[in-house]
Amino acid sequence: MTTAVDVAVIDYGMGNLHSVAKALQRVAPKANVWVGDDPAIIRRANRVVYPGVGAIRDCMGEVRRRGLDEVIVEVARSKPLLGICVGMQGLMHHSSENNGIDCLDVFPDEVVFFGDAFAKESCLSSAEQRLKVPHMGWNTVQQCHSHPLWKGIKNNARFYFVHSYFVNAKSCLSTVGITQYGLDIAAAIARDNIFAVQFHPEKSHRDGLQLLDNFMQWDGNYSC
Amino acid sequence: MPLAKRIIPCLDVDNGRVVKGVQFVDIRDAGDPVEVARRYNEQGADEITFLDITASHEGRDTTLHTVERMASEVFIPLTVGGGVRELEDIRRLLNAGADKVAINTAAIFNPKFVREAAERFGSQCIVVAIDAKQVSAPSYAHANDQLGSGGRWEIFTHGGRKPTGLDAVEWAVKMVGYGAGEILLTSMDQDGVKQGFDLALTHRVCAAVNVPVIASGGVGSLQHLADGVSVGGADAVLAASIFHFGEYTVAQAKQYMAERGIEMRLL
Repeated sequence: MTTAVDVAVIDYGMGNLHSVAKALQRVAPKANVWVGDDPAIIRRANRVVYPGVGAIRDCMGEVRRRGLDEVIVEVARSKPLLGICVGMQGLMHHSSENNGIDCLDVFPDEVVFFGDAFAKESCLSSAEQRLKVPHMGWNTVQQCHSHPLWKGIKNNARFYFVHSYFVNAKSCLSTVGITQYGLDIAAAIARDNIFAVQFHPEKSHRDGLQLLDNFMQWDGNYSC
Repeated sequence: MPLAKRIIPCLDVDNGRVVKGVQFVDIRDAGDPVEVARRYNEQGADEITFLDITASHEGRDTTLHTVERMASEVFIPLTVGGGVRELEDIRRLLNAGADKVAINTAAIFNPKFVREAAERFGSQCIVVAIDAKQVSAPSYAHANDQLGSGGRWEIFTHGGRKPTGLDAVEWAVKMVGYGAGEILLTSMDQDGVKQGFDLALTHRVCAAVNVPVIASGGVGSLQHLADGVSVGGADAVLAASIFHFGEYTVAQAKQYMAERGIEMRLL
């Protein structure tokens, strides 16, 4: 086996990983950016990105089929890990998408549907209850806790979101970034060596690239 | 509401070059797509839409390479449309670096294709493009009533030559039911003539569906862009020629809209 890759982007056959890898290569031109599903290489990588696009049932199905679930849980205990979008959701306890799917349980929280949440929340105005789903576009992220990955990014900077399911920012104890879309959603969560975002840094122009740059330089230390 | 309205420059690409026509004819060259996309990215474009109008198979391969090059340089969302007929077309475009694909004619001939595409790749990446023409006018009660009531718009294919008999508003609702995550709504009457969006059509579709709607066709001034959002109710506005030929930058357009109280992402 050759030397460890600088960053492993976990490929479980869903969606477009090209842009995540390209964006990482852009911010770290000398880094060895590897994309694949070989558990041995992921285990040895210096840092790992767990991306995701698509429906959670197919994503979790492929993660388990390729034997990547154990590796991700292991990485989540040991080295810098960045979850993106469905990758963040996959780290949660459970998602209500596709009639309910068990996720990797790295965080104890639930992933819920905007439509259900809007219907339940009696304090929302009728305009808020009619908000469009998916939540698609550029929204502000309030940095409610400082974190090394926020370095060089202004509070309330805009990032690109596209999702119909979310983690509630108020109930999630690991929230470090909040976005308002009818309700407060967890735009970013962090614990120890794990950072995970609901938005797409690889599609969020300068601030997104800054966050990826910060991740590539992060030693994995964080204490809130 | 902090979610920003989006400005989306649109690149019509034929055999690897950006072109722009007036009402789908009279084509002018507007440059290399990757160069053009990079310029808009620097100006603060919120997304790029790439419509492949190439007819030939060789041209299709050129498109995949262009999408690949674009996705390596431009780190904002990229929607690609034109000739998307099979799940395999979608897979190839997503793998080349597209974030969303726009389905137009194939949806009309085979609506189930939209459902299959949304189930396979997720609604978030399936845009249904609708090209509509007004077939009966709304009635305007007051001189400054820009929306009117009534009126009917029909979907046309083959560059506006073939009517389908489909009502544009009903079609949008049906496509969302089939899993479309966004509607790209083009008025063929307005396209390229620079008199502004068809606001009545835009408003009608926006009120009927619960997914984002992109208004397209007819932008000739910054006021038109603002009207698309404030009057039409669109979530995003798409324009080509006002940006391609240097009349305005995307940054100027955003500044203009922000000054009129529209939530925008400013760099």
